[in-house]
Amino acid sequence: MTTNDFLQIGALIAALIVLTPLLGRFCYSILTGRGAKVLRPFRILERLTYKICGIDADVEMGWKQYASALLLFNLGGFVVVYLLQMLQQFLPLNPQNLSAPSWHLAFNSAVSFVTNTNWQAYAGETTLSYLTQMVGLTVQNFVSAATGIAAMAALARGISRKTSGTLGNFWTDMTRSTIHILLPLAVIWTLILVGQGVVQNLEGYQSATTIEGKEQVLPMGLAASQIAIKQLGTNGGGYFNSNSTHPYENPTPISNWFEALAILMLPAALVYTFGLMVGSRKHAWVLYGVMMLMLIVLIGISAYAEFSNNSALGVAHLEGKETRFGIVNSIIWSNFTTVASNGSVNAMHSSLSPIAGGIAMFNIMLGEIIFGGVGAGMYGMILFVLLAVFLAGLMVGRTPEYFGKKIEALEMRWTTIPIILPSALILIGAAIACSTSAGLSSLANRGPHGLSEILYAFTSASGNNGSAFAGLNANTPFYNITLGLCMLLARFGVILPVLIVAGSLANKKSTPMTAGSFSTEGMTFGLILIATILIVGALTFFPVLALGPIIEHLLMLAGTTF
Amino acid sequence: MKTLIIAAKLILVMTAITGVMYPMIMLGAAQTLFPHQANGSLIYFDGRLIGSELIGQEFTDLKYFWPRPSGVGYTSQPSGGTNLGPTSKVLSEQIATRRARLIETHDGEQPPDNLILASGSGLDPHISPAAAFYQVDRVAKARGLDSGQLDLLQQLAERSVEPYNFGFIGQPRVNVLKLNISTDSLFSKRSK
Repeated sequence: MTTNDFLQIGALIAALIVLTPLLGRFCYSILTGRGAKVLRPFRILERLTYKICGIDADVEMGWKQYASALLLFNLGGFVVVYLLQMLQQFLPLNPQNLSAPSWHLAFNSAVSFVTNTNWQAYAGETTLSYLTQMVGLTVQNFVSAATGIAAMAALARGISRKTSGTLGNFWTDMTRSTIHILLPLAVIWTLILVGQGVVQNLEGYQSATTIEGKEQVLPMGLAASQIAIKQLGTNGGGYFNSNSTHPYENPTPISNWFEALAILMLPAALVYTFGLMVGSRKHAWVLYGVMMLMLIVLIGISAYAEFSNNSALGVAHLEGKETRFGIVNSIIWSNFTTVASNGSVNAMHSSLSPIAGGIAMFNIMLGEIIFGGVGAGMYGMILFVLLAVFLAGLMVGRTPEYFGKKIEALEMRWTTIPIILPSALILIGAAIACSTSAGLSSLANRGPHGLSEILYAFTSASGNNGSAFAGLNANTPFYNITLGLCMLLARFGVILPVLIVAGSLANKKSTPMTAGSFSTEGMTFGLILIATILIVGALTFFPVLALGPIIEHLLMLAGTTF
Repeated sequence: MKTLIIAAKLILVMTAITGVMYPMIMLGAAQTLFPHQANGSLIYFDGRLIGSELIGQEFTDLKYFWPRPSGVGYTSQPSGGTNLGPTSKVLSEQIATRRARLIETHDGEQPPDNLILASGSGLDPHISPAAAFYQVDRVAKARGLDSGQLDLLQQLAERSVEPYNFGFIGQPRVNVLKLNISTDSLFSKRSK
């Protein structure tokens, strides 16, 4: 590594830290309805939305109401995206005359975008019409992220409210997050990206005759507006097949810098927002510190692996990477995108060194809580916080409390279920795929890398990440259906328990902190939290990682190929 | 039931805002502010579309600078990498073949790694500066350039290096298509 490499990593992380309190405060003012200084046109849009939909912004919802609104809204989104795909050949804005995908692919893609996963078993430029991408996918890029923000806000209210029983209003949380937070940022990012060369037009694909006289088709479309929100909303679904490696999707180091920043910007800011909502910025900074520390260590390990040569092939780790980004930007991205449930890639993860690829997978396995998805990362982290508080309570023999609220059997039940569920889906799903011909016939690589491909697919789906070891042919009925179910269960099987916990906490009295209370604002708590996360993650996944990336690393050092 | 109706209406309103209004306004803004970029940074020659500044092309002729290998043959429909893993025998064989071919055409010199490894998009428009300089002698020979012209070509390659952005972001690189176009225009009269 050179000084320049450190500088590139440092600059992005510094920008992230500087933006956190600014953006975090802004999100707080939006979510609490205190208006902030939102631009007039956006305020008009918000009022208009309420009027058309018949939403009373002042109504408070209990957890059941909040959950049913959230579920129905997402169900509706699924139906729209599914139908748009199946009917795209009869609809306008389809200059390439693309026909409907298979039902299982359409199911998979619809689930994928509604759950903020953006796993893509299809190639954008050869499968979906401009209309489907624009009216179907771009919309879900916004509202699935807004769903995450809403659920986080509900949890924060559950923690901070006393004997109230209500968590806010899903409709307003959804509308405000979309219109005031995501939309203005997406407008700025679209303009930055177009300036760098990301396409934004409605022309048909252009046919060029190259200098050597070959035909080359240049794909077009409304890419910039979708890519902006794909990054900001931790969605990650590429407009083109090769995602942010594609020069029309990520043309320059500058576009790459802004896209990478956009991956973690909102998840990081929402940690601060959460702190403001529950009334403890100190607690938020402890969580932030835990996340940042883990992120930096993970980038460090990946960088060490990537800057060493591949001794089995006798070359540097440049396969699957773009010249303009180089190794350092590929590693920053592979970590940003996997800790954050974004899932976009600017280098092919399947071709990463075994350790860097393994780290990418491990980041997702930890539960997408190192900043994590927009909103989703924060509520996922709070589950681990509750677990850590509970463990600490057991160790000192006191009733565990979080912000003065007793953590009891009901909270622990609904905390452990969403922590275990994604892990179970990953391991059981991968086990089924490894033992059936339907699962194995999709493999592209042999040896331990084959296991990594399958494992990565189920990890990505069950962590709602969406990135891939893309050698695996995932567009088969087996993978479309199993991965689709993993995405659904992992998303709503976490959101629902989170809302249950939020509802239960909201009902409780808050006892004042005493000298005997366990503080969640210091280093001690940070360390216990890290230990909890690592023990759960490592114990669950070490055996299978040993059979995939770790053994592949050792075999690579020994010069073995498959 | 009331919830269902609100949900349905809200989806439609959100679709109108984020799925129609937003991309369309962005379309208008992009076409006004950055028409060249928004339409694909296309390059025309004599009114004929020959490619895009941003999208790599295949070059196999000895008189051109060559790009990196591509998992999709620079066809772009769809784009993509090879996805071959770090212990792939297929990749190992590809590397051996490519290395041998480059050594054979470059007076026995070892090629830089990026010239024998495929990119993620399969459309990488760039090679490293070292990979461009590596090819100068071969291009000059294929074009029958004398030693004065060889110096000109070397200078052209050096001028084509795009440095770090803002002094430290990204990687120094050479755009292969642009370099080949300027090579052609520099030597078009003399090489014919």
